[in-house]
Amino acid sequence: MIEVQGLCKSFDGKVVLHDIDAFFEAGKTSLIIGQSGSGKTVFMKCVVGLLQADAGNLSYDGRDFLRLSKREKKNLRKEMGMIFQSAALFDSMTVLENVMFPLNMFSSKTRIEIENRAKFCLDRVNLSEAYLKYPDELSGGMQKRVAIARAIALNPKYLFCDEPNSGLDPKTSLIIDELILDITREYHITTLINTHDMNSVMGIGEKIIFLCEGRKEWEGTKDDVVSSSNKKLNDFIFASDLFKKVRAVETKDGK
Amino acid sequence: MFKAIGTFGRYLALMGRVFSRPERMRMYFREFIAEVEKLGVNSSGIVILISLFIGAVITVQIKYNIQSAWMPQWVVGYTTREILLLEFSSSIMCLILSGKVGSNIASEIGTMRVTQQIDALEIMGVNSASYLILPKIAALMFFIPVLVTFSIFFGIIGAYMTCWFVGIMTATELESGLLHDFNPYFVLCSYIKSLFFAYIIASVSAFYGYTVEGGSLDVGKASTNSVVSCSVLILFADLVLTNMLSA
Repeated sequence: MIEVQGLCKSFDGKVVLHDIDAFFEAGKTSLIIGQSGSGKTVFMKCVVGLLQADAGNLSYDGRDFLRLSKREKKNLRKEMGMIFQSAALFDSMTVLENVMFPLNMFSSKTRIEIENRAKFCLDRVNLSEAYLKYPDELSGGMQKRVAIARAIALNPKYLFCDEPNSGLDPKTSLIIDELILDITREYHITTLINTHDMNSVMGIGEKIIFLCEGRKEWEGTKDDVVSSSNKKLNDFIFASDLFKKVRAVETKDGK
Repeated sequence: MFKAIGTFGRYLALMGRVFSRPERMRMYFREFIAEVEKLGVNSSGIVILISLFIGAVITVQIKYNIQSAWMPQWVVGYTTREILLLEFSSSIMCLILSGKVGSNIASEIGTMRVTQQIDALEIMGVNSASYLILPKIAALMFFIPVLVTFSIFFGIIGAYMTCWFVGIMTATELESGLLHDFNPYFVLCSYIKSLFFAYIIASVSAFYGYTVEGGSLDVGKASTNSVVSCSVLILFADLVLTNMLSA
C-alpha cells in the first residue's frame, strides 16, 4: 500500500505537480493517466525517489519514505521493481544475466539458486527461449517482458511501470498488460502504471487517476471512466480511437 | 568561474558516492576484471604501435637535427631514453589514452544515463556511481603501469629499429647512449605520474558521462568535453608532478 499526500514538485520555478493526494492498494493495478506532459512520469519518479519532491508525504506500508535514512531507503528499494518506458535493460549483459543481476547484488542464494530463480522469472514471462540473447537481439515486446522478469526477480512488494506499452503493437500491449495484471494478483503487489493507452485503462485499470497539467483531476474505476462528467477527462479519453467508436455506438443506439 | 567551481563541487560530490562501501564485493571484482580487459588490455595494441613509431622518430630527429660532430655518439641514445622515460611513456601516452579510454568511458556511462539504465540501478538500490565508476578507476590505475612499461620497452625497440632497418647508426652506438648515466628514479617518476593521470582519465570521463542530460547528441558532447578536460588536467598535473618529483 502506498499513500501520497500533498505531493508537489517544480523545476526552475515551474510547478509540475500541484498538491497531489493518492492511495494505491496492494494486489491492485492503479493507473495514472493523462496527456504527455501532464506530470505522470515526474509523479512516478517522485514516488520511487528518483526525484526529490518539494513538499508532501509519501508512505510505503506506513514507512514515511521522505524521512527514512539512506540505509532504510536502500532496503526499501530492494522491495521495488520498475519497468521503464525504454525497458532499460543492461545492454552489455545477456537476458539471463539481466534478470540475475539484482539477485547477484542482493540475495544470499548460491549461484545455482540464483540462476534457477532467474530462469523461473523468464519462464513466467514466456521467454525461456531467449536466455542467452542480448537485449538488442530482442523485439520491443520481448525487452519489456525481460524488464518485467527482472523487476519481479527479488519478489517486490511494489511494481512501477512507466508507459509499459509505449512503442508496442496492440496485441503485444495486451500481452504485457495481462502479464502485469496476473503478476500483481499472483504476488499481491502494489502496482502503479503510467499510461495514456486507453486499451490498458479498460483492460487492467482497477483504479484510475487522471492527471492534467500537474493536478489530479479525477479518480475512479474503469467502470466510472465512460460515465464521468469531468470535461477534461472526457476530452482526453474520447480523443482515443477506442472511445470514439464507443461514443459512435452509443450515439447510434440513442443513449 | 562560478560554473567551474560548481562543476568541481559536483565532481567532488560524485567522487564521494563513488568511494563508498561496495554493496557486493564479488560483483565489483567481476566488473573490475572486465574493465581491466576493456580499458587496459585492449589499449595495449595502440600503446605498442605508437611507442614503436615515436621511439623511432625521436631517434631519427635527434640523429639528423641535433647531433653534430662536436657531440659524443651517445647523445642520441641518451636523449631518446630520457624523452621516453620522462615524458612520452607517462604524459604523452596518457594524453593519447584520454582520447581512447576517456571517450569510451564517457560515452558508455552517458548512454546508460540517457537510456535509463542508471535509473534502473538506482531503483534496485544499487549505488550506481560506485558500481559503474569505481571498477573503472581501479582497473585503469591497476593496469597503467603495465602500459607505461610497454611504452618504454617498445619505444626503445623503435629506436633500435632505426639502427637495424634504416641504418642511421649502429646498435652499439645507440646502446651506449641508452645505458649512459641511467637513473632508475626516472622510471619510478614515470609510474607515479601515470597513476595520477589514470585517475584523472577514469574519474573525469566518468563524471562527464554520469552527468549527461538529454539524448545522443549530449552524449557526444560529453564525450568530447571529457577528452578536452582530461587533456588539460593531465598537462596541468604533469607540470605540478614534474616539479614535485624533480625537486
